Amino acid sequence: MSKIKCQCGHENPEGTQLCEACGRPLSEEAKKSDIVDMRYEGSARRSKTYTTSIVDKVWNFFSSVTVGVWIIVILLVTSAIGTLLPQRFNIDVPPNIEAQVAEYYEKHYGIFGKVYYTLGLDNMYSSWWFKILVGMLGVSIIIASVDRVVPLYKSLKRQRTRRHASFMKRQRLFGAGPVDDPDESIEQAGEAFKKLKYNVKIENDAMLAEKNRFSRWGPYVNHTGLIIFLVGVLLRGLPGWYVDEAMWLREGERKSIPGAQGYYLESKGFTLENYDVEGEDKVFEDAIERAGSVVKNYQTDVVLYKDKEGALPGSEDLEKVKEYEIVVNKPLTFDGYSIFQMEYRLDELSGMTFALVNKGSTDSLGEFTIDLTAPERKYELGEGTYVQILDYFPDFIGTRNGKMELDTATPVPNNPAFIFKLVTPETPEGETSLVEIGKPALEIDVTDKGTLDIVENDYQVKFLAADTHDMSGLTIRKDKTLYLLLVGGIIFMIGVAQGSYWQHRRVWIQKDEKTGELLLAGHTNKNWFSLRKDIDEVAETVPLPSYEDRADQEDKKEKKGDDN
Amino acid sequence: MNNERKANKKKKRSIIRGVALAIFAIVILVSLTLTPGKQKGLKPGDMAPDFELVDLDGNTHRLSDYRGEGVFLNFWGTWCAPCKREMPFMEKQYQTFKDEGVHILAVNVKESDLKVDSFRRSYQLSFPIAIDKTEAVKDAYQIKPLPTTILIDPDGKIVEIVQDEMNELEIKNYMEMIQPK
Repeated sequence: MSKIKCQCGHENPEGTQLCEACGRPLSEEAKKSDIVDMRYEGSARRSKTYTTSIVDKVWNFFSSVTVGVWIIVILLVTSAIGTLLPQRFNIDVPPNIEAQVAEYYEKHYGIFGKVYYTLGLDNMYSSWWFKILVGMLGVSIIIASVDRVVPLYKSLKRQRTRRHASFMKRQRLFGAGPVDDPDESIEQAGEAFKKLKYNVKIENDAMLAEKNRFSRWGPYVNHTGLIIFLVGVLLRGLPGWYVDEAMWLREGERKSIPGAQGYYLESKGFTLENYDVEGEDKVFEDAIERAGSVVKNYQTDVVLYKDKEGALPGSEDLEKVKEYEIVVNKPLTFDGYSIFQMEYRLDELSGMTFALVNKGSTDSLGEFTIDLTAPERKYELGEGTYVQILDYFPDFIGTRNGKMELDTATPVPNNPAFIFKLVTPETPEGETSLVEIGKPALEIDVTDKGTLDIVENDYQVKFLAADTHDMSGLTIRKDKTLYLLLVGGIIFMIGVAQGSYWQHRRVWIQKDEKTGELLLAGHTNKNWFSLRKDIDEVAETVPLPSYEDRADQEDKKEKKGDDN
Repeated sequence: MNNERKANKKKKRSIIRGVALAIFAIVILVSLTLTPGKQKGLKPGDMAPDFELVDLDGNTHRLSDYRGEGVFLNFWGTWCAPCKREMPFMEKQYQTFKDEGVHILAVNVKESDLKVDSFRRSYQLSFPIAIDKTEAVKDAYQIKPLPTTILIDPDGKIVEIVQDEMNELEIKNYMEMIQPK
């Protein structure tokens, strides 16, 4: 790497536009221009200085703002496309069964759906290319920032108070002219700028007034926040850092909590409460009548248990942790987990009450209630009288393809059926019958395996009543990265504020060595109006040459052109 | 001298950049394998999570007690057709392998005692069957479809996870796989 030696004696890195120390234009481009490009202080961006090896080439690719902007554009466009159709985890089909997922998209969205699915857009945000794009954005943010902030920092640190006249002349705010006492003017201007809270340095008949340099770090602070945010999102993928599971819990049921190994939840009851037009809710009468019914509360009363110290899964050696009433937006929290009330299902069959009846006399020999989640083998009704359950089908299939199938489709009691054996003192051998909910009992002989001969019984069981219970749909959440995301977000906002609400302003005033005239130049990264206001305020009390804002002139020229 | 210093500096910078780019690449590659919100599933080579279940006959089965012997851990339900089809094959192979140091433990996922007991009687199964009442064992093994069979070797390590129905030959081969040498 060869250094560029400026006339002032300072050695600049290759690629420098303006001398770091005195500001002389070094590149041909900078020399030709009327107003210099002050971005990054005309420093040599590191990326521009080496282009030999493959490492440097990759580095330079990511260092380019153009590349960064393109990555953002591609991410925006693809993210938008991902919202056109629901993602596969939000459709009513098990997301892990490819054939069903494919069928769903084609059935609901036609050719477009098929193409969408074939391109893998149904699971876009977890796709490898989307992740790589986000990763590339992160790399671009880091490299582009490092490549700019380091040289910028060095330039600003190395800047000298006295700049070369050619630098002064190329600033947007520039003025030159004779004053009575240039030295006195510089001194007074220094004092005046100090009152305006500028940092002032005076040396070699030159003054530099500078304010809010830290505003230049705003973009880099905000990028740091972004990177912390991205790291947080990345950490969500680590086991144990982020849990998002769901469970259904029946009233009275105790179940292991998915995603929270060692913890168990028991439901004591689900409550669905509506607003009542009578009583204290009377004020809502109009709204309730308009809407029909309005839900006041969804609540699951739960007990949380955990495995005792050293207890193994399945041993049911549990200890109670706490009782809690889960209400919407008031989750049960423990050990970093939150359990939210999300859904409910009312009135699932939970129990059935039957009577054993003599068909002839219709006398009842007794009643019994079967708990469908834990049916018993035998229900004693009295001396020598009992009902035995030979088999139980929670979701009875019945007749399929013209054949009787004694089988269950699911473990859920959607259509319970029983094979009872009825024993009374009169029928000590027992009579068997198949009882299906909502259908007349089939009196069949099942004692001998396979034959389902219709027989004539003396006794029957009569369905009397059903019990139901409710189910709560709960969501289990845990997010250890939440605070990291928060910190990233706060740093991001600090950076934005730093760069937006403060501006880096600089004013140079110096005596031209040859002519003895006073040169005045000013620069700010934004809000030129306030910089001019500061200079004008100083110029009221201090004799300074008048200056012009050349960008303003250009604006005016354009406007005139429009008027004509 | 000066040139040498420059060359060194350039080399150093290249190394720093190379290392930084390599780290970025590794982070991105690792992130490709991670899916937020999904538990890291068990895979062959992992230690089988220990558990304790009581079977229908009241005997307690603790997985770690079977160290030194193979364990054929089958998760099933009475309502699941493929489970029903493979049960008789399991019973047949059990008769051969129970004296060869291979245990079968059939874990029913949360059904009633009566239902499971009726099933066992009608299929005349002699291997131990336990009911996972709280689904704690199912969750510990992150079982999704039924049947799922976990094959555990004498060292307590998972050899294979079968998320599908097995025929008799497959069952036999799997049992040979976990049989103590």
